Amino acid sequence: MTDRRPRGLPARLPVLWPAAMLLLFFVVPFGIMLAVSFFHQVEGGFYEPGFELANYARFLDPFFGRALLFSLWISVLAAVIVIAVAFPFTYCLTRLRRSAQVPFLVFVLAVLSLSEVIIGFAWSTLLSRTAGLSNLVAWASLIPRAQAWTPSFGALLMGLCYLGFPYTVLILYPPLSRLDPEIPEASRTLGASPLRTFFLVIVPVLRGPLLGALIMVFVFNLGAYLLPQVLGRPQHWTLSVHITDQAVFQSNLPFAAAMAIFLMLFSLAFIGLTMVLGGRQEAAR
Amino acid sequence: MSRLLRNLFMGLVVLFMALPLLVVAGVSLNGGQQLRFPPRDPSPRWYAELFTAEDWLNALANSLIIATSSAALALAVAFPLAWFVWRYRTGYGRLLYGLGIAPFTLPPVITALGFLVFWTVAGWHGSILATIVSHAIFFVTLPLVTISLGLAAIDRQVIEVAITMGADEPTVFRTVVLPLVRPYLISGYAFAFVLSLNEYIVAYMVAGFTVETLPIKIFNSLRYGYTPVMAVVAVVFVLLAALIFGLIARFGDLPRLLGAWSKE
Repeated sequence: MTDRRPRGLPARLPVLWPAAMLLLFFVVPFGIMLAVSFFHQVEGGFYEPGFELANYARFLDPFFGRALLFSLWISVLAAVIVIAVAFPFTYCLTRLRRSAQVPFLVFVLAVLSLSEVIIGFAWSTLLSRTAGLSNLVAWASLIPRAQAWTPSFGALLMGLCYLGFPYTVLILYPPLSRLDPEIPEASRTLGASPLRTFFLVIVPVLRGPLLGALIMVFVFNLGAYLLPQVLGRPQHWTLSVHITDQAVFQSNLPFAAAMAIFLMLFSLAFIGLTMVLGGRQEAAR
Repeated sequence: MSRLLRNLFMGLVVLFMALPLLVVAGVSLNGGQQLRFPPRDPSPRWYAELFTAEDWLNALANSLIIATSSAALALAVAFPLAWFVWRYRTGYGRLLYGLGIAPFTLPPVITALGFLVFWTVAGWHGSILATIVSHAIFFVTLPLVTISLGLAAIDRQVIEVAITMGADEPTVFRTVVLPLVRPYLISGYAFAFVLSLNEYIVAYMVAGFTVETLPIKIFNSLRYGYTPVMAVVAVVFVLLAALIFGLIARFGDLPRLLGAWSKE
């Protein structure tokens, strides 16, 4: 039992089943998708096997460029806002007694698990004319009458921040809860105020995990596919929405596959970057 | 002063997070078929609608079937893999582990499209079995991570003592490993279950037009006109998730499960 290498087939038997499942249902689908991205699209929603770069060439269209730029812009913006709120929030959370943290964690997990559909619906209700916040503002006579605040860029940004917040808290929770409590204590003993301690000690100490979290949230935001449809206008559609749209409604699977491959490589590059950053952080210790 | 500031800040953030849920809860109590807040002629009739109207009941049943079975399948794939990676040090073990983590880190639409083309080629597109298998693979990350955490927490000396006393590998697994990781198996299942219940894009791309789950049904209803039943589903899902995660916290160590150090 102390040997760390499996000997013979019986020892390897347990890993065969998960290996088969992951290869058949995860690697093979990706292989087929990669192949389809080179296929030829014919009129009427069909495609035939082939090898052409036409689907990738469409990336040069202004249509694709606009969608890509908009996706990047709103994902970065939402990620920065979310980190700016979630980092101090998670820091405060981890300074609480462990038993006091639990209700917050349950709440964060419950919101995290919520379907994007439900979040979209909830925000569109909250920003609507009949049930929304604008009633409150109108009642306080700040605006003449209640109005609909959705669909709009602001509504979409708000929804994305809401979607990303619990995810960010959970990414930041491990590094922040493992932070040595003596570090802020030392800073306080030396006379720094809590705010100074936070910005001049905690943030620099944790800049590695912070940057990693920023990238992870950015990639997470790129994956939003329902909020842009519920809270945004058609010009606010992100790449994820266009992939779904091409695959299901335009019946152009090859182009959808090409966009998905692009999005995957793009995300992998960023995730790889966080790993490199994380590795350097480990090495520095 | 600083404590007051901290509580104020945390309270404001929680309020912001709770705001849409509170409005949705209010909207779900409207007497008529309208979304008003505060609700008019409050009545719980739309709650009855979810559990009696055939189309909503059907979507609820689909969601529950998919969530219970896909979480079980995810667990069945994740457990042997997590055990193997913990027990042996091999390159292919680590590679497979990375493969199990991947679906959760990539934008979901990519995996969903992969499933779409795969099931179309395999001829199972539109079948509930395809949705179950897809969800199991998509969410395999969750039990994989929780079980690995549980295994890592086992003191290796306990295992060595068992071997010294003459236990063979199956006995060690049955009498030492299994009881110690059981809470992590349960929480892994619970995470996969709750997330499968809420999942939209994979279910939609694999069988969206034939197997309608609750999230798909809500989105379809969003297009054709709002009804308070959608708010009811949202309320039920929030409560269900809070209940399940509350139970995990009650019987397990939630902070440790989410990455804090073990209690000293």
